[in-house]
Amino acid sequence: MKAPVPALELFHQMVRMRRFEEALSELWHQGRISGELHLGIGEEGIVAGVLDHLIEGDALALDHRPTPALVGRGTDLSLLALEMVGAETGLCRGHGGHMHLFDPERLAASSGIVGAAGPMACGFALSHQRLRPGRIAVAFSGESAINQGMMLESLNLAAVWELPVLFVVKDNGWAITTRSAEMTGGTLRKRAEGFGIAYTKVRGADVGAVWRAVGPMIDDLRRGRGPAMLHATCHRPSGHFEHDPLIRMVTSPREFAAESGPLTRSLADGSGGRIRDRIGGMRRVISTAAGMRVHLSKRRGDPVTRLEQTLDATAVARVRAAVEKEILSTLAEVGSP
Amino acid sequence: MTEFGAAIDLALGHAMVDDPKIVVFGEDTPLLRRELLVRFGPERVRPTPISESAFLGAAVGAALGGLRPVVEVQLVDFLMVGLSALVNEAAKIEAFSGGRWNVPIVVRATCGGGYGDAGQHEQALWGMLAGVPGLAVVVPSTPADAAGLMRASIENDGPVVFLEHKLLSRQWRDAMAGGRRESVTFDVPPDGADGPVLDPPPPVPLGSAIERRLGGDVTLISLGVGVHRCLSASEELGERGVECTVIDVRSVAPLDRAAIETAARRTGRVVAVDEDYTRGGLSGEIAAVVAEAGISARFARVTTEDTIPYARHLEDATLPNVDRIVSAVESLLD
Repeated sequence: MKAPVPALELFHQMVRMRRFEEALSELWHQGRISGELHLGIGEEGIVAGVLDHLIEGDALALDHRPTPALVGRGTDLSLLALEMVGAETGLCRGHGGHMHLFDPERLAASSGIVGAAGPMACGFALSHQRLRPGRIAVAFSGESAINQGMMLESLNLAAVWELPVLFVVKDNGWAITTRSAEMTGGTLRKRAEGFGIAYTKVRGADVGAVWRAVGPMIDDLRRGRGPAMLHATCHRPSGHFEHDPLIRMVTSPREFAAESGPLTRSLADGSGGRIRDRIGGMRRVISTAAGMRVHLSKRRGDPVTRLEQTLDATAVARVRAAVEKEILSTLAEVGSP
Repeated sequence: MTEFGAAIDLALGHAMVDDPKIVVFGEDTPLLRRELLVRFGPERVRPTPISESAFLGAAVGAALGGLRPVVEVQLVDFLMVGLSALVNEAAKIEAFSGGRWNVPIVVRATCGGGYGDAGQHEQALWGMLAGVPGLAVVVPSTPADAAGLMRASIENDGPVVFLEHKLLSRQWRDAMAGGRRESVTFDVPPDGADGPVLDPPPPVPLGSAIERRLGGDVTLISLGVGVHRCLSASEELGERGVECTVIDVRSVAPLDRAAIETAARRTGRVVAVDEDYTRGGLSGEIAAVVAEAGISARFARVTTEDTIPYARHLEDATLPNVDRIVSAVESLLD
């Protein structure tokens, strides 16, 4: 018998992730969070749909967008927020920051190196085989990480060691500002199958679909049936990180105008390539910008609003109110600068 | 006045006009170098997958095949992912081939901290790279040197790692530090971020240090942003009657030993100011140069001792700063 999708709980977790990261974005704009800030806004459907199947002892290998997974796994929001503002009382005493979050109690480790989640998850899974039978490791990465040598090596290692690793590929179609499809040979399905790894593709905007797809995969992992890959599409409206230069270029008329002068000069510069090379270069810039414009115009990809529309309004209001309360009390912990 | 990053692209553009064998590739390169892309076309400026081992290794092969690749890895920290191509291939081939084959590649990457991104994205790492025979490593501190060293790096027949400090480059400050926010400030050295650059920029030979300030009491030896911190410390010390020489080595390998020896002999006191880690790197190498020359000098160093923490106040204390440089100088005076 198939269990029903726990829609309200998934909604609750997604709203917690979303609202917490929206609060982080504000803190970043206020200058209280330094450096790059990579948010997982748009990835909540994937993260929540996977995490709901985890049990105590399962491990998480996270990428440079680790926050939603830690929120969903139960890491204290205040500890996370305090870490983001560099406080001594933060999760990592202010030493890690948003890209390097570590929660040993939940076996959750993150890395800002693209692809690093693959080998990390293999290692967690190896420790499970000897120390925690039946537990699994989940590697969260973007689709461009699948072109990293270490990630491809990890697929093979996980296969030959029959490791209980779930490789979750969050696919927004963009490798920073380069379209992933242009930089990826073949398909993820064929890559996974080439290593003998079970593969399933879902729409990450549909948290219920993620939840339903991943359940049997994780059941198999717990029974020792080797690694698996979940390929989930998603739509991230804020791009690679806050103030993504490509997004600013295509959304801010002023920044767009600032580009036109230098690029026109480059196009007209006869000391460079032949005219057809130069036109080819210009075409590439324009097509990248146009591609990002189209990506940004896709509104149907939001997992939170999509699920919200199917739920009872009173229940939604109750969840949202509870989350607002939690976020407010978290921000109170962080205080003002 | 030319901005630091623009100066590098200016030199690169001139070199690409002069030599059609120069190709540019790396992660996000079509967007980062969009002016060069439109000027030279997509065959010469191309994107790569996020696959450092493959595209750095391919740069080595392309160089053996007759191209002169300028490869861009966004951060020197990411270069560690594809290090074998540099350390085991690029650095070895000239020696292994008995000098019959060269690997003319430039690996361009950002380095350095000071904007709160923590120690996986803010490292210097030039010391460990410079320790490998066969690799040249340069770290400019001004726009003119950035342009001149890029030109010389491209003309060099062996592999060169060209490191641009993120605090000096507007493009990288904007991208990595969210530098367009009005709510954040960084200690950006104005003379490092913008300065006069000749067009076309004359090459700055690899392995040539430059004296940024002359004083008889203490020699400060540094590179990159550290040079500007040394100059600020020298101002402060000058007001107290302590006169400092500031040497900007500009290139970690080859290292201008003669410049270090001359200044050390003159002042008898040497402070190495190195944003890289303390052990196994440039600061110890400077001490070795002085000792091997038989110079009797007092020595101190201001370096990065630990993993660079995320919180800005912890980071400020970890990276070399003016106060630490002043204290180090004072420790040699009594």
